[in-house]
Amino acid sequence: MESLLELLVAAFLVIAGIFGIVGSFGLLKLNDPMSRLHAPTKATTLGVGGVLLASMLHAAAFEKYFSVHELMITLFLFLTAPVTANFIAKVHIHRQESRETMPTAGEDDHWATHDTPEDGERKTATRTDTPQ
Amino acid sequence: MIESASTFAFACFALAMLMNLWKIVTAPDVADRILALDTMFINAIALMVLYGLALGTEIFFEAAMIIAMLGFVSTVAYARFILRGNIIE
Repeated sequence: MESLLELLVAAFLVIAGIFGIVGSFGLLKLNDPMSRLHAPTKATTLGVGGVLLASMLHAAAFEKYFSVHELMITLFLFLTAPVTANFIAKVHIHRQESRETMPTAGEDDHWATHDTPEDGERKTATRTDTPQ
Repeated sequence: MIESASTFAFACFALAMLMNLWKIVTAPDVADRILALDTMFINAIALMVLYGLALGTEIFFEAAMIIAMLGFVSTVAYARFILRGNIIE
């Protein structure tokens, strides 16, 4: 039983290390900026998640205390990772793309990141119920 | 067995941080730099938790939590500054 838990903790650590290095290697190696955004998500979820699971298991099995701090870190990372990814993608759209190179924005005429003051004026001019 | 596995994980995350540092230096655009810095924060959290595991204490979880929060706030602040030219309008 003891050695089984030990094996499980070691397996979690090895998996986490491999995913951590794969995430950063993908960040270094991929060519397209949006592909590069995809690579470190593996390090965030599986890399850090594996380390945190190993830490929880290790604390419960060998250190004689039970710890749930790791779940807080996992929850926080899972909540904030999409927000940061969205912001970085917006920075990329803002800096390296223009209205012509972006795909169509559907029923809106262009992406909001490329809004200019003239667009704002045009919107308020065509709006019928102008707010006071 | 846990000692060698944690040594392997330490080496992996340290190498990952070095690669992030290299990416920050050689990135073609500022979006890549922000992304590399964010990944560096993630790797720092993993290293901090690993250190706590290796020493058998739970002191380092607070530090890891603070690094996680600072990483999120600083990434959003950088991106916000590039997007709007201002952080809090």
